[in-house]
Amino acid sequence: MSVLPEKEIHAALTDGRLQSAIYTATGRLIDKRKAVTSAAALPDYQELRTQANLIKRHTIENLDYYLELFERNLTSNGGRLVWCRDGTEVADFILKLAKDRGARLIVKSKSMTTEEIDLNERLERHGLEAVETDLGEYILQLAHERPYHIVAPALHKTRYDVADIFTKKLGVEREEVIEQQTLIARRVLREKFLAADIGISGANFLVADSGSVTLVENEGNARLSTTAPKIHIAVAGIEKLIPRAQDLAVFLKLLGRSATGQPLTVYTSVLSGPRRSDEIDGPDEFYVLLMDNGRTKLLADPEKRQSLYCIRCGACLNICPVYRKIGGHNYPWVYSGPIGAIITPQYHGVMGDPWLPFASSLCGACAEVCPVKIDLPKILLDLRAEVIKAKAREGKNRLEHLTFRLWAWLMRHPKLYEFAGAAGAGMLGGNEGWVDRLPIETGPLKAWLSERQLPAPAPKSFRRLWRERRRSSGA
Amino acid sequence: MARETILHKVRTALGRAAGEDPEPAPAPRLRIPEASGDSRVRSFCAALEALAGQTAIAGSLDEARAAVAALIAGKTAVASNAPLLAEAGITSLPGVRSGVFDREELRAACAAVDAGITSADYALADTGSIVLLSSREEARLVSLLPPRHIAVIPQSRILANIDELFSLIPVPSQRSSSMVLITGPSRTADIEQILVRGVHGPGQVHAIIVPA
Repeated sequence: MSVLPEKEIHAALTDGRLQSAIYTATGRLIDKRKAVTSAAALPDYQELRTQANLIKRHTIENLDYYLELFERNLTSNGGRLVWCRDGTEVADFILKLAKDRGARLIVKSKSMTTEEIDLNERLERHGLEAVETDLGEYILQLAHERPYHIVAPALHKTRYDVADIFTKKLGVEREEVIEQQTLIARRVLREKFLAADIGISGANFLVADSGSVTLVENEGNARLSTTAPKIHIAVAGIEKLIPRAQDLAVFLKLLGRSATGQPLTVYTSVLSGPRRSDEIDGPDEFYVLLMDNGRTKLLADPEKRQSLYCIRCGACLNICPVYRKIGGHNYPWVYSGPIGAIITPQYHGVMGDPWLPFASSLCGACAEVCPVKIDLPKILLDLRAEVIKAKAREGKNRLEHLTFRLWAWLMRHPKLYEFAGAAGAGMLGGNEGWVDRLPIETGPLKAWLSERQLPAPAPKSFRRLWRERRRSSGA
Repeated sequence: MARETILHKVRTALGRAAGEDPEPAPAPRLRIPEASGDSRVRSFCAALEALAGQTAIAGSLDEARAAVAALIAGKTAVASNAPLLAEAGITSLPGVRSGVFDREELRAACAAVDAGITSADYALADTGSIVLLSSREEARLVSLLPPRHIAVIPQSRILANIDELFSLIPVPSQRSSSMVLITGPSRTADIEQILVRGVHGPGQVHAIIVPA
């Protein structure tokens, strides 16, 4: 069981450079998203969100059907579907395939699903070289860090950090100009693309009726990873299904706009199996590794299974007042921000990180920007209730539990409630409008009171005022 | 075994039986605006230029050849096997290599030249996208490996939007193993959210619209 990482959060909050990096980057992403989802720019934005929500709901509620349909169509395209219960099965399949084909070098395009299972480490332990090719992911791989953000993985790194990393890890001369840094990465990675035996990608969408993997990206590294090597392996969670290619018209309009403020990302690839006999290039072998890794656990809860609608746009991270302060590395898992806060407890059990659902102001901004209309605040509340119940079962938080039971009982007895209210108000005291008689340094409310002041109770309660007014108006 | 385990877990979670039909899916939502050919051309050019792509409207195939010749003067290029490029005489321009059907040969050529020249199966007016389906005529790497991509696009191939594309190609796998939408030059903003063009794909994209 993890506890709130207070020290690390405090370090992030007091790091001025980090705060400004997060604030600037997320601020830019918020502005860009806003510009392309406004009523003027996209009049049917809300309709698209509704349609996306309906399609995701339909797919998830009938997921077994679409999984099998996808399998049939992928197979008839000449691809092969590999079912994987967890990360070990994913890694084992790739290791065996690499061994059989004599493959050593793997190029990877950005995939949160492979981050989730630490795929690179698993492959490298067995002597394979797996190179991240998205610029941000490449920087982080060199720095041995996990992504800071679902869409902008190196959001917390400045050009000076990148200069340090490149100088140290690539042995190149120090370079602080972003354009030149990008060129360095292009040069190094170009060699890797052309020499690689296997390309691994994630999947933004798995299209059931077409048996296709859809990838969106801006750099071209996903296209290169899936085109240059002779083997393409896409690793995807079972929730990535959509029924029809025509549904892409809805999802693609939402994904780029919500993620980076682009009507479409630079490259959208719809890949349907290995190259065909009349095609000149493309991979000879095409695999989709369809992974559960806990997703069926989420599916079992009818209320919370909507968490699986997520298309990983990252809009909820950018807008979240908590993410924008504490950053991406203070969340317990690779998924950060509001979406991380709702799925991590469902994957790992609520008592894995019992503080996580509480690390939110419940302001609702995440739900407002979510392109598939996941009710994130509602799920956070449900998870809070589950944590409280679990703690009660474990005999923890007895005092809190008792307090709320007493409160509930008082609320059902108006006369007693009024008496207790008057007595309580007298006990709390007041000075210049603020309560001054609560034990701030000790007692069960210490943590809560250290950051807050209670306004002093009004001299007359609402009930008393109400009675007096009714009396004076002669009612 | 993993297959049965996962499907069993999914069905148990959803309370569904094996082989059970799904509820009816929501109807697809495709919205195709009315737009004249001219307005599509204008919209396509404006959208692509807003992304720092470059566009030219050629009055004839000869004009298109001249435009390509100016772009690759003194440089090298690989042209795809699209009949339109041969018809326009682009494949016989100096420095242009074409008619490559071997994968390894094509890859080496694309990695070495300054520009890749393709046609386009479709283009999208509202986003400035170029749509390419992989085939014997259009290899994938021509629009990807060289630092500059030149696309010669027949005007009639410009569709209103992505909805129209998916109404014409409802099931992409029936057409090709790869359909790619190219919307402007390759770019990244991974360092400090500062935009840089030409990361792994072409940093320059030129669209030349031809009649037909």
